[in-house]
Amino acid sequence: MKYSIEEIAQHCFEPLAPRFAKDVRPGDVVVGGRNFGAGSSREQAPAALKALGVAALIAESFAGLFYRNALNLGLPAVVCKDAKRIRQGDALEIDFDQAVVTTPREKLGFEPIPPHLMQMVRDGGLLPHLEKRLKCRTTS
Amino acid sequence: MKQTLAQKLVARAARRGSVTPGEIVTCKVDLAMMHDSGGPRRVKPMLERLGAKVWDPSKVVVITDHYVPTYDDESRRIIRIARDWVREAGIDNFYDEQGICHVVLPERGHLRPGMFAVGGDSHSPTGGAFAAYMFGVGATEMLGVLVTGEIWLKVPHTIVMDFDGALERGVSAKDVMLFLIGRFGMDGGEYQALEYRGPAIRRLSMHERMTLCNMTAELGGQTGLIASDQVTEDYLKFAIERWESDTDAPVLAHHRFNASELAPQVAAPHSPANSKAVGEFKEVRPTVAYIGACTGAKLADLRMAASVLKGRKARMRLMVAPASARDVQAAEQEGTLTVLRDAGAEFLGLGCGICAGYGGSVLGDNVVAISTTARNFKGRMGAASSQVYLASPYTVAATAVAGRICDPRELVH
Repeated sequence: MKYSIEEIAQHCFEPLAPRFAKDVRPGDVVVGGRNFGAGSSREQAPAALKALGVAALIAESFAGLFYRNALNLGLPAVVCKDAKRIRQGDALEIDFDQAVVTTPREKLGFEPIPPHLMQMVRDGGLLPHLEKRLKCRTTS
Repeated sequence: MKQTLAQKLVARAARRGSVTPGEIVTCKVDLAMMHDSGGPRRVKPMLERLGAKVWDPSKVVVITDHYVPTYDDESRRIIRIARDWVREAGIDNFYDEQGICHVVLPERGHLRPGMFAVGGDSHSPTGGAFAAYMFGVGATEMLGVLVTGEIWLKVPHTIVMDFDGALERGVSAKDVMLFLIGRFGMDGGEYQALEYRGPAIRRLSMHERMTLCNMTAELGGQTGLIASDQVTEDYLKFAIERWESDTDAPVLAHHRFNASELAPQVAAPHSPANSKAVGEFKEVRPTVAYIGACTGAKLADLRMAASVLKGRKARMRLMVAPASARDVQAAEQEGTLTVLRDAGAEFLGLGCGICAGYGGSVLGDNVVAISTTARNFKGRMGAASSQVYLASPYTVAATAVAGRICDPRELVH
């Protein structure tokens, strides 16, 4: 409201990587270190990444609140202790069922996202997921 | 099976006899708290899209604290949405401009030991001071709670922070927490449950316990808990259940410290994890001292500041934003506010204020401030070039008087 998410997104990671919002492309994966997303409960953090078209996040660990928010917005967040082995520019394939990230050099396992959360992510996040559930309830 | 306090609280909410750390359970929510920023203005449009209603309006509490006092058309609009929505949704538990949500919630008797609660704010672990399992959620997750009355949880492990001895005069819960964050880092809590124990914790007032549990957010825990006791009951003024960990319940880690040895702590810009003993910062000369926020301007905090400021004058701009209307009233009656006023404090409105970057008093370019708030991330309290040091109300008051960062143990009355 105060600022649209598109406007906020233009400042995403600004203090760390001033060109990030300009350089990121839809389908890109953002790879981070420890405690990715530390701070506020505000969803603008994952929402901005989503607005820029980021397809998934991989990190050694996530701040818990950010992790929940990302999944709730339909942005998959993968906890991979080997995230550091991924290099800038790598083409990645993430297999959520097998819990494997494939880089041009190797396969890295990760903690599988619990099935009920993965279903919510596939539905596009908690809001569309609830919408689907409520609709089912009405029809049955 | 021996259970920790966290496991017992989660098991109760999951309607189970016991739970195991790591398993995923669905919990019934006893209480959902929202403020004006992440609350009605975000959840109202989503509820409308779903055509859904609040599952149980009696279990929802709404508190305006972020955009108050209102200062422009946008903030007035946001507050109006909150006021209109509570009426439409039939929510009677509405506290408008009565102070900061984490302080107002227990003050008005909404928390009690044994509860399972969520708050639309990252500092919601404050509720853990009352032996309630409380944690922060984002707006979409809050929507899920409002529609279903439930939330999923990965049962946490417990990390125990055990403090023997007693804090020296002039040392407070804020110092304990800054020390822990400096020692373990902002992800030291691993999104598990922190439990604060030991004689030094038992001696803390509820306001200090709240400061400790609140900043579990900065320590990276999901919630921060303290077993309920006589101190809890005396604060709440109604009979409570005793909730505590079983003796010898298995925990992830048990860290032991001697509180008597702890010096006041200060965290340098731009992270609460940059904390060291106050003596390391003697050369820093802030120009603004800020006593505010849920972790730094409750009645107990105002008293700490007053115990240093009594009969002295601040040598820099000293701003005080009290945490709640009731605390202001009590502080006025007992003379604490007079002490602060006589020291040269200027008073700001009730609310989150500049801790969250709101209002007209945010920090300008290159301002160096010392603050009782919870986090000093770059640009949070104003200009990106401003520098914020975090400290206890004692230390902020001592610094205001000394003109440089100062150990309050030298000055406390």
